[in-house]
Amino acid sequence: MDHLPTLVSEARDAIQAAQSVAALDELRVRYLGKKGEVTALLKGLGKLSADERPAAGERINQAKQTLADEIDAKRQELESAALNTRLAAERIDVTLPGRGQSSGGLHPVTRTLERIEGLFTRIGYDVALGPEIEDDYHNFEALNIPAHHPARGMADTFYFDATRLLRTHTSPVQVRTMKDSEPPIRIVCPGRVYRSDSDLTHTPMFHQVEGLLVDEDVSFADLKGTIEDFLQAFFERDDLSVRFRPSYFPFTEPSAEVDIQCVMCSGAGCRVCSHSGWLEVMGCGMVHPEVFRHSGIDAERYTGFAFGMGAERLAMLRYGVNDLRLFFENDLRFLRQFA
Amino acid sequence: MKFSEQWLREWVSPQLDTQAIADQITMAGLEVDAVEPVAAAFSGVVVAEVLSKEKHPDADKLNVCSVDDGSGEPVQVVCGAPNVAVGQKIPFAQVGGVLPGDFKIKKAKLRGVESRGMICSASELGLEEEVSPGILVLSASAPVGVDFRQFMQLDDMTIEVDLTPNRGDCLSIKGLAREVGVLNRLPVNGPTIAPVAAEIEDSFQVSIEALEQCPRYIGRVIKGVNVNVDTPLWMVERLRRSGVRSIDPVVDVTNYVMLELGQPLHAFDRDNLEGGMVVRMATPGERLTLLDGSDIALRPETLVIADHSGPLAMAGVMGGENSGVNENTQTIFLESAFFTPLAIAGQARSYGLHTDASHRFERGVDPQLTPVAVERATRLLLDICGGQAGPVVEAQSAEHMPAERSIVLRSARLEKALAKALDSDDVTDILQRLGLDVSVQEAGWAVTAPSWRFDLTIEEDLIEEVARVHGYNNLPVRRPAARLALRSADEATLTQALLRRQMVARGFQEAITYSFVAPELQAAMLPEAVSPVLANPISADLSVMRASLFPGLVRTMEYNLNRQQTRVRLFETGLVFNGELDALSQVPMLGALVCGPREAEGWSGAKQRVDFYDLKGDLESLLALGGDAEAWRFEPAEHPALHPGQSAQLLHNDEPAGWIGTLHPQVRATLGLKMDAVLFEVRLDALSQGQIPAFEPLSRFPEVRRDLAFILEEATPVQALLDCAKQQAGAYLQDIKLFDVYSGKGVPEGHKSIALGLTWQHPSRTLNDEEINQLVDSIVTQVRVKLEAELRG
Repeated sequence: MDHLPTLVSEARDAIQAAQSVAALDELRVRYLGKKGEVTALLKGLGKLSADERPAAGERINQAKQTLADEIDAKRQELESAALNTRLAAERIDVTLPGRGQSSGGLHPVTRTLERIEGLFTRIGYDVALGPEIEDDYHNFEALNIPAHHPARGMADTFYFDATRLLRTHTSPVQVRTMKDSEPPIRIVCPGRVYRSDSDLTHTPMFHQVEGLLVDEDVSFADLKGTIEDFLQAFFERDDLSVRFRPSYFPFTEPSAEVDIQCVMCSGAGCRVCSHSGWLEVMGCGMVHPEVFRHSGIDAERYTGFAFGMGAERLAMLRYGVNDLRLFFENDLRFLRQFA
Repeated sequence: MKFSEQWLREWVSPQLDTQAIADQITMAGLEVDAVEPVAAAFSGVVVAEVLSKEKHPDADKLNVCSVDDGSGEPVQVVCGAPNVAVGQKIPFAQVGGVLPGDFKIKKAKLRGVESRGMICSASELGLEEEVSPGILVLSASAPVGVDFRQFMQLDDMTIEVDLTPNRGDCLSIKGLAREVGVLNRLPVNGPTIAPVAAEIEDSFQVSIEALEQCPRYIGRVIKGVNVNVDTPLWMVERLRRSGVRSIDPVVDVTNYVMLELGQPLHAFDRDNLEGGMVVRMATPGERLTLLDGSDIALRPETLVIADHSGPLAMAGVMGGENSGVNENTQTIFLESAFFTPLAIAGQARSYGLHTDASHRFERGVDPQLTPVAVERATRLLLDICGGQAGPVVEAQSAEHMPAERSIVLRSARLEKALAKALDSDDVTDILQRLGLDVSVQEAGWAVTAPSWRFDLTIEEDLIEEVARVHGYNNLPVRRPAARLALRSADEATLTQALLRRQMVARGFQEAITYSFVAPELQAAMLPEAVSPVLANPISADLSVMRASLFPGLVRTMEYNLNRQQTRVRLFETGLVFNGELDALSQVPMLGALVCGPREAEGWSGAKQRVDFYDLKGDLESLLALGGDAEAWRFEPAEHPALHPGQSAQLLHNDEPAGWIGTLHPQVRATLGLKMDAVLFEVRLDALSQGQIPAFEPLSRFPEVRRDLAFILEEATPVQALLDCAKQQAGAYLQDIKLFDVYSGKGVPEGHKSIALGLTWQHPSRTLNDEEINQLVDSIVTQVRVKLEAELRG
């Protein structure tokens, strides 16, 4: 009993000197275990008188508690040192590039088409598609362009034989849709179209999006509103000026070409807009009654508007692409810019 | 159509500057393409007279002239032009003057003789593109000392309008002036055209056989014309400013009247005509040599002007070489006719021709102009070439002339179409100024369209005219109203956009290639493919419709490999075209190609090249999107473009739906490609068919897993083993994993070891060893029987 202070002091030295959690565990067993040296002192309490016993018992228990606390504290110290060592050893260079990265991307024309489709489908238009090898009837006749009409010279057509051709616009899809459904009709028709023309500003294949809305009481004012909204939304410019110029398409009447204030120079005049401040971006008009007649729609009851635009042209203006031909060369260095 | 602003202003002259006129007509639908000065800038050029001309003492080709430039003192100038002569009025650039190209005129010595100025040619003044052979000689009445620009009225602009096909009525100064008059509410005044009385009896008989095609034909003989005089400079200039070259006075007059009034005319050499003029359809076998020298075989649907010996001209398109006016012509027969648009439409184009005349007749020439134009041209010809005119002869069929077009415009319809009530008097005024005969009625207007407006036939045409003149940009703007009707959305169908996004996420770059490809390329890859061939391709390289996405993808890979790109991952969606035209299918496909290293170059990972299984993994990630991967199978099969040992046909619900494989080494060699590639293409309709998820309760009981390795012959497809195992594994099989493929030590030559991990689970109880052992035995037995494969020891 008298050697308790010595024992505690010895044990504390041993605890402080321990180098590992395992060594600490051994010390715990040696001093505080069932057969430990401090525990053994408790067993000797019986030899003491009833008067001495409580005080002695308390001292031993205190010593036990002190040693237990020291062991715990030392254990935490050792564990934390071990963790720090491990963390230091496991340090990596987080600035190295990540593994397995491989970036793909949509073609800028697809990106543009999807954007245009999105703007219209969000307000209730459907997307309609159709064949690219068309017949004369759907590409011309039903659109009020009979054989020998001077407007046939406007679009240089690729033919397979006397009546079959590559569609020169996506308007045949409108005809097919009107034949197969009842108003109200609200569709956009994106897709490839073909014209036999190839130079700096023409490729023999390009993409169009055409739109059609047929309902009762559709007016030229509705067309103007739709086109203005669309162009301002597409270019994300609420203040974009839009103007309508009378024009001619056999399948619409009245017809209009649509100009926007040049998005490159904001109308000040630059090379892109030929210093006019305006860019021609699309054509539109009210559906011609003859087209309704071909499609079996009552032109007295229903009116409608149609519009069409070139996706490449809009993509060029939106992304600043200066050469149309880049779209079909598919140079990866070009394509990756739109990822 | 190009025209001179000055010429237009003779007819109608609004208080607007050039740009304002250009903007105004553009906004009325006559789109102005260009506005350019009629002559380049120059200064210090005056009208002068050549007073004397002497040979240069030291140069054979030079003359020393003295000119009167109005300054009071004769000016000495050295001139090299062969045509300079005493008494000529000429444009003279004085010292200090500046010619086009910033060419400054200075005092100079030419071979020792002082020269103070320069006598100019048309090209030196920028009035002719080609270098002129000699100096420009002005009319004898030109006033000496007057500024040349002022004398020639060169401060003028050429305005070029790009007219839409419906506005043939604007292909003349008269038509354009009419339009400008409407827009500015101004009267239009052209030159007075009075009939020219016949001075001689000479005439030539005309008759029309093809009345439907030519309801009106007028002619006149003019005798004693001198075709060798110079066309007056004012006319040459007006033609030039309209983009027309001066040829000879007769052709110039016909062109001038066409530009002025819009009526194409033709002059024949009367002495080469026999019998009488007949307007008829060509008869089979007839040939004609045209003015441009081309000899053509006429088709029976072509309208011709013939005499009694044969065809002389293709009506409304081009005259013949042998009946035209030449330098020896003394008597001409002047033709003015109305050919219907349908008779001429497409004719010129079908012979590969396009002329100013056909351009106008196709779009419609005012039938009331026919006689007016004859009188106008006669007057001009007599004034310029002299001669005497015979009587006007005419053949006409009133019943074949264009019918009067009466149209009703309802005010309610007009208001509804434009969403605006326009002032009724304004509408009346617009219609009247456009030349319509208008009667105002209670509910609108009853009108008759003028003879020159072939495009006005229905109510909508009038709505457009009113809207156009009122100004599109003065009309209201509103948004369409629609009912918010929900539409059902097909959940099981995958959109193309989703499939494309998956490809992008797997590191593919989207390409868009032409739908037509080079026939050799397609033949090299798909020798048996049949697809439509263009009759008029832009080039042989783009002449056959693609029967597969492979050719375009391979070409794109090649393009990029040639530009230092070494890792190519491409995909494309689009139609492919299979079959003859009459049994054609246009099928939407998604195709992809990979070549180069498996991973992008980096610090980690292997440098292996991509192989079949890389692309198959990409493809399987697409197939899994719809949640119905079970519907798909890969069957070993041969495709001409693919390696026979590394290609598979894709089956979707047992229907062929695409191909995947490594490019055939032979095809690669034929195409000269630098690298191997793996490709696939799949039908989009199959790819987009997914299924709606159907929930199954989760089992609370433990899974049992057994691993089995089989030794198979090398040639046995793993799919057969999987099928066999699945078939025998019972209803509670949850999953089969193929976790090892091995050949080499321990596996007999020509064989492979395939290890499968099978997992079972029962929904409502624990499976016992006995039943699992039974299933495993059954699998092993069946595999042995069907595939002659043993369990690996």
